[in-house]
Amino acid sequence: MKIVDILKPTFWKVVAVLIITSGLTSAYFRFSLGLGATTNLRDAVPWGLWIGFDYLCVGLSAAGFTIAATVHIFHLKKYEPLLKPAILTAFLGYSVVVGLLVIDLGRPLNFWHPLVMWNIHSVMFEITWCLICYTTVLLLEFAPVILKKLNLTAPIKLLKFISTPVVIAGILFSTLHQSSFGSLYLIVPKRLHPIWYSSLLPVHFYISCIAAGLSMIIFESYYIARSMTKDEGFSNTGLKMEVLSGISTAILAALVLGFLLKLNDLMENGKLVYLTKLTQESVLFYLEIIIGTIIPIYLLGFGNYRNDKKWLFITSIFVLSGFILNRLNVCVTGLIKSSGYNYFPSFDEISITLMLVVIAVIAFRAVAKYFPVFESEHDTEKLGNRGTNIIQNN
Amino acid sequence: MLKEYGILFDVNLCLGCGSCYEACKEANNLPETNDDFLKDHLSESTFTVVEQYGEHFARKLCMHCNEPACESVCLVGAIKKSETGAVVYDADKCIGCRYCMQACPQKIPRYEWGSTNPRIRKCILCHTRVKAGKLPACSEICPTEATLFGSMEKIIEVAQNRIKNNPENYYPKIYGLEEAGGGHVLVISPVPFEKLGYTSDIPKKSMPEFTMQAMEKIPGVVMGGGVFLSAMYWLTKRKNQIAKENNLNSQGKN
Repeated sequence: MKIVDILKPTFWKVVAVLIITSGLTSAYFRFSLGLGATTNLRDAVPWGLWIGFDYLCVGLSAAGFTIAATVHIFHLKKYEPLLKPAILTAFLGYSVVVGLLVIDLGRPLNFWHPLVMWNIHSVMFEITWCLICYTTVLLLEFAPVILKKLNLTAPIKLLKFISTPVVIAGILFSTLHQSSFGSLYLIVPKRLHPIWYSSLLPVHFYISCIAAGLSMIIFESYYIARSMTKDEGFSNTGLKMEVLSGISTAILAALVLGFLLKLNDLMENGKLVYLTKLTQESVLFYLEIIIGTIIPIYLLGFGNYRNDKKWLFITSIFVLSGFILNRLNVCVTGLIKSSGYNYFPSFDEISITLMLVVIAVIAFRAVAKYFPVFESEHDTEKLGNRGTNIIQNN
Repeated sequence: MLKEYGILFDVNLCLGCGSCYEACKEANNLPETNDDFLKDHLSESTFTVVEQYGEHFARKLCMHCNEPACESVCLVGAIKKSETGAVVYDADKCIGCRYCMQACPQKIPRYEWGSTNPRIRKCILCHTRVKAGKLPACSEICPTEATLFGSMEKIIEVAQNRIKNNPENYYPKIYGLEEAGGGHVLVISPVPFEKLGYTSDIPKKSMPEFTMQAMEKIPGVVMGGGVFLSAMYWLTKRKNQIAKENNLNSQGKN
């Protein structure tokens, strides 16, 4: 009966199967024919969609460490319902990053070299190690959810014992590599367009990933809740409005801070002139700032929008779109002018990327369905009742 | 201990004969890529080109920076500055991330896009020949000393003398001496270098310094962050505890 249920075709299942099949075919071609035959990369454009997408996934996974810090380090327990979805998102996001990195490597069989061959001056080296360590941390942080389901209590105790240092290490690894993704481009001062190039790139990256990571949690909680209950809003995820408006305030703070920093950078370094001319770059920059920063700041600035679930969801879409534009601008479109080529990803590049995204979404839904990732409304109600019982007994 | 060597290319002396182009192909076992060497471009099979700009000819090749961007970004150390001054590449180490191509201010490294096990390809200043006491193929064959090979002190001196003794024939600057912190390929020419297709807007400081300022902060971030997070962990936990106790106390009183 259950297997029949899984096999029952729905629109999205058919789409998913098609995307995965085409992605696997593209992956086969990529490994058997090489990068030149299957991507639109060339000497002038050595990095394309895959690296760009890694940027997105890393940024969108940022809630993993911010929520972990909020709950475990600052002991703000009301945000605990966000913890597991954030860690799961981060883990799946990083899985996509690692998958794409290995596919993008020209010599994928040498993927293990950074483990034994070190160049500590390379930003890429630091990022690689942070990715390895942080993915391990995420596994350790998420393991109790799975172990609990399997009724294995001994390892949970051990994990609990080491949890604080693990969380602290995770926050440090995240801080380092989230900002280092910006540092990667510090070495191309004359190639990346001045609108985006700044010696503060690592700081910009760090601040913007906080807003994007938290928006991602709002976005996917809303989406998961709707797909599971066919209701609008966040019901069935245990997310209270109090929690949501709390993180939306954090998003607002990060957006304002990031905006001021960017403005200061543009003014101090005399880059405002680039914004007065109408070029591909300035248009993309305006889009990025208006969609991802100004509109969300406006929406979040008003309490009635901030406390409305639907508007919060819409705001998260704005923040995420602006964030995606920003990262693509830094790593693809901002470099087009200096490369002299108009790069657009090939079919194989797109289909492999889509495949990994679809796999991550399926994995997220499956884990959310079979493991207690989202505290359900039902659970909290029970807890609440028990709480009142205790008080009444007293 | 080998001294550091380099190449001086003098646009005034270059006849555009293409011997250096042919010799480079032969020395590195590179296939023919274009019938007309003047129309060829740098590629995985062409490590140097001769370009024509009116009556002048300009050679393009890896500049072998003193502190190469490509070396500093390579996470596995596949690109290294050799003791001869050449920037060399070890395909056995390379993982193919192509960060070196992205980072090079001169956009020199090329890639074997058609291969399933691609290598980075570029001029390596004939570093094995030099170690064996020979000249790089291009300078050995050059009929006019337009491409001159020698110790860095020697070629800088030659370049300065040529400019000083013939000021009307030379633009008063040695290209490559300061660009990206300087390198081992120097160019002198009768006209400004951007007229010959040499990248002009290259920072004077060495490229690794751009990332160094960020990398330097890492130990501080780790130490400071670790202390801060541990302190916050302890403080907020204690604060919650006190709040709880106060709560219990006030409840007890009620």
